[in-house]
Amino acid sequence: MRARRDAAAAALPEWERLRERAAAIRRHTLANLGAYLEEFERNATRLGAHVHWARDAAEHNAIVEGILRERGVRRAVKSKSMLTEECGLNAHLEARGIEVVDTDLGERIVQLRREPPSHIVLPAVHLRRQEVGALFHEHLGSAAGLDDPAELAEVARRALRAAFLGAQAGLTGVNFALAESGGLVICTNEGNADLGMTLPPLHVACLGIEKLLPRAADLAVFLRLLARSATGQAITAYSSHVHGPRPGGELHVVLVDNGRSALLADAELRGALACIRCGACLNTCPVYRRSGGHSYATPVAGPIGSVLGAAREPERHASLPFACSLCGSCREVCPVRIDLPLQLVALRGRLRGRERTPRRLALRLAAAAMARPALFEGAARLARGLLAVLPESWWRRTPWGRGRARPPLPRRSFREEWRRRGR
Amino acid sequence: MDASRAAILAAVRRARTEPAPLPPDDGAWPGAGDLAEGFARACAAAGGRCVRVPEAAGLEAALRALPEAARAARIYSAHPGFAGAHFAPDELAEPRRLAGLELAVLPGVLGVAESGAVWVDAGALPQRAVLWLAEHLVLALPAADLVPQLHAAYARLRFEGPGFGVFVAGPSKTADIEQSLVVGAQGPRSTTVMLVGA
Repeated sequence: MRARRDAAAAALPEWERLRERAAAIRRHTLANLGAYLEEFERNATRLGAHVHWARDAAEHNAIVEGILRERGVRRAVKSKSMLTEECGLNAHLEARGIEVVDTDLGERIVQLRREPPSHIVLPAVHLRRQEVGALFHEHLGSAAGLDDPAELAEVARRALRAAFLGAQAGLTGVNFALAESGGLVICTNEGNADLGMTLPPLHVACLGIEKLLPRAADLAVFLRLLARSATGQAITAYSSHVHGPRPGGELHVVLVDNGRSALLADAELRGALACIRCGACLNTCPVYRRSGGHSYATPVAGPIGSVLGAAREPERHASLPFACSLCGSCREVCPVRIDLPLQLVALRGRLRGRERTPRRLALRLAAAAMARPALFEGAARLARGLLAVLPESWWRRTPWGRGRARPPLPRRSFREEWRRRGR
Repeated sequence: MDASRAAILAAVRRARTEPAPLPPDDGAWPGAGDLAEGFARACAAAGGRCVRVPEAAGLEAALRALPEAARAARIYSAHPGFAGAHFAPDELAEPRRLAGLELAVLPGVLGVAESGAVWVDAGALPQRAVLWLAEHLVLALPAADLVPQLHAAYARLRFEGPGFGVFVAGPSKTADIEQSLVVGAQGPRSTTVMLVGA
């Protein structure tokens, strides 16, 4: 993914000019967000959409539930939306008897596994094709042992088409909202959001208040950057521009704050609101690439997730800003030039000393061992021995093992190997 | 709800951000050389097929020659230059009735050479869903309506009333299983652009 992004960026001589312009448009929009939100509401309403406002996740979930309940909706299809993930919408609706089918293939896979997505663009990137085959065999009735991605995608296509045709409502996220025209722009490669908003009579679109752009013309800059940064494509297969409900249908737009206005008031971190969720910083991050999305325990993983998570819930995610080598690669690839390393350093300053005690204790023990070579070597030999014989069930229960596979360990340490070779 | 609206707007206005003017238009953006050639290349890169039709009169024959058209029992057409099958008004009144549609032929409004994307005015169709329900999609686009990049495209598009427009670049696709590209995700399995007059 990183290599494809680099090739796409290098093919455009105006790449840096686009990034600069995108950053400037975001800065301007965020500095005038109140006016743009009101302009968007006015224009969207004029087009026949209903605009709702939610201060937090609970309010957002209650609004969506209310809209669905009033119309007797029992089954809804949903396309990828990090916002509804952040708000826990699926769990909320399912607990109240409304079935939600995720329609992005990767999201459907992790939904069937009852897991959160591990990547913004590729939610099931942590799974092997055999695991997907076993999952579809269990839930979708496909043949056992199927492991060809094309055949598996075909199985999902048939099941999802049935879900689209049977749904009474389509829930979607939003990539950009246009103040000037009151429109919503939704990008997908699979065509799933598009079926979700054109087949059922009811479309509910959920968006964070930071998603606004002043004018349609600004989309040129952002759509040129988005897919190139995400997957290296020049543009996604579908970029739908929705202005009002379809004839005879209904469109509801839910504008969600959920900590965004607080982030806007934070001079050091507000730049993170410019994020367009392309995933480029995840794909390039050495920490994300080694540890995977689930180890973050935040709705959005990677460098941007570390900033958003630690800014929103400092107690819970205090360790994230420290899990970074400050290599700066994320800043170099970010299409809207968010200075992620600088923000992570700012967060470290605020969170110093607030990490959980066991971790600090462990670090102190490690420091003591490292100062005494004999003790260190002995402890390392003991750990290698124990890790090799302790059962998988034990590993899964450790705080580290919950979201990560057990690493393969060498039989001998570097020092032992060195001595053995008689150097 | 009004309380939430007021609270959010007040919080946003309290944020005391630095003033940041909207950047002024800073001149023209570079464009590819030969638009038709650039478009055909980008279309192929997006997984689509680009067929050049030198004369508008040849569109019907070129369409009939497509393997998807030869296989389709019923073709839906919204293009004035191609007569599709007859669809009864009640079939078109409910999008779910169109499930199983094999091929749709739609007019393209403009094409973007840098990305192979075609702007389709789905709001003008009896059902917007036709674009994604069809197993195969054909877009007929006059070569004269090619623009170099998205900046030029948005300079031509207008968003003044209710509507639904979409940039379509190639068929639906996914790489969600082990990053392996699969063409034909939830939408069309193939997208062909007939570039007329090129």
